[in-house]
Amino acid sequence: MIAIFRKELNHFFSSLIGYLSIGIFLLITGSLLWFFNGGVLDYGYATLESLFNLAPVVFLILIPAVTMRSFSEEKNMGTLELLMTKPLRDIDVILGKYLAALVLVVFSILPTLIYFYSVYKLGAPVGNIDTGGVWGSYIGLLFLGASFTAIGVFCSTLSSNQIVAFILSATICAAVYWLFDIIADFPLFADGLDYFIQQLGINAHYKSISRGIVDTRDIIYFLSVIVLFLGGTKTVLESRKW
Amino acid sequence: MSIKLSNLTKIYGTQKAVDNISFEIPTGQIVGFLGPNGAGKSTTMKMLTGFISATSGTATINGLDIEKDALEVRKLIGYLPENNPQYTDMYVAEYLQFVASVYKLGTNAYKKVEEMIALTGLTPERKKKIGQLSKGYRQRVGIAQAMIHDPKVLILDEPTSGLDPNQLVDIRNLIIQLGKQKTVILSTHIMQEVQAMCDRAIIINKGVIVADNSIDALTSSDRKRQELEVEFVERVSKNELMSIDGVIEAHEQKGNAWRLMTDKKGDMRVTLFEFAKNKNYTLIKIQVQEQNMEDVFKELTQKK
Repeated sequence: MIAIFRKELNHFFSSLIGYLSIGIFLLITGSLLWFFNGGVLDYGYATLESLFNLAPVVFLILIPAVTMRSFSEEKNMGTLELLMTKPLRDIDVILGKYLAALVLVVFSILPTLIYFYSVYKLGAPVGNIDTGGVWGSYIGLLFLGASFTAIGVFCSTLSSNQIVAFILSATICAAVYWLFDIIADFPLFADGLDYFIQQLGINAHYKSISRGIVDTRDIIYFLSVIVLFLGGTKTVLESRKW
Repeated sequence: MSIKLSNLTKIYGTQKAVDNISFEIPTGQIVGFLGPNGAGKSTTMKMLTGFISATSGTATINGLDIEKDALEVRKLIGYLPENNPQYTDMYVAEYLQFVASVYKLGTNAYKKVEEMIALTGLTPERKKKIGQLSKGYRQRVGIAQAMIHDPKVLILDEPTSGLDPNQLVDIRNLIIQLGKQKTVILSTHIMQEVQAMCDRAIIINKGVIVADNSIDALTSSDRKRQELEVEFVERVSKNELMSIDGVIEAHEQKGNAWRLMTDKKGDMRVTLFEFAKNKNYTLIKIQVQEQNMEDVFKELTQKK
């Protein structure tokens, strides 16, 4: 697993992929937090809310872009056969690729701690910010990124065409993120069912963690999504044997 | 490290790609796996290496079942898949280092990588990306990655396809040299290749084994008809040649050369020499056209 992990990570950082996706993530979130719409400086309130509202949307595009090649390319070039006939378990290959992509996600989130520090210092008095909420949001964003990565890796096993993999995973990520909220808003489900439908989506759990309360139900939800899609990846990979 | 297949079958949908094949390869033998395109060669190799599963039947390598002990089996095998897939954006040494780490060669890895680069003649290309290499060098990289862990069994799927004649000879020699003391199974549809490299040929057609024998046995003039090319200094008439015992056809070639078909077993050269001596002709050429693998291949795979 470590061999695959290192190879994938090398690939991200020996090409532009790694720097580009981290750079774009920081550029978009940074400019929206600090400059556009007046930014946090004119807002009059020390908060990172706009960062945490926007980051999932940026991830919606960036993570599928990072993960789309993970298995598609191997399938397309035939190197999957090379990999799968080496003494590696399928799960080693999947986890190696998944964790490498996840590291990239973590690396793009990490620099935003500088934003946190700046806003923290700018508060009057210093530190007048909902620290608990911010840490909760970071944990939520991390889990959200981890879930999107799992979806992206899964989708890249479905096609040997990277574009197809990208569109599929962006669609599934968007659906899991928003769709359940939209469905829950239908008047049809107004009598109590809407809550349960909402709970199926990522957004509800992301928002819940963002409040600064790390609820085990939310953690279990995110872990289930990850396990579900990585399990799906394994099943699709094994389907070559059927 | 013997390989043993028993009743291995692979069915895709309704099509039988590999139909109930069984054979055994003892340790140290180099076996050519022959067949026209789509005969089931690659499918068989993919099953042996555990990339796909057999529909039915079993195979063992060194007594280990390819399904149950998949990981153990893969450690014993060096595999070069068809079309030699490679990570084209990796550097030669980097790629081999990666393969070495997959095989968990540990502290030995660096030494092994250097050894394989030297052995396969990749030294001048080691700092290039694999995508920049010529086909011959890429094939060497493919062979290097298959052999880096010193496998006891080598499975090479069309190792020489698409190479120019010089590269072909190089790769062949490389396989012969590296394949010593290993059990090698290589697929090809080039017949000379099998004659040049292998001890034994297994010919497969439409998923079924149609011949399994040593090269000598397959090519020996076992059949009744034999073809000879003879040339005399003098003009010899067709009637004279036809009068020789055993000659059933005589075709005139350029100059005073003739192509003779005989239906007699045994060495016709003696008979022909006697004939020339008796008639006082000067015989300057006798060549027995041995039945080569190509003919055997055609004969076996074109039958309906």
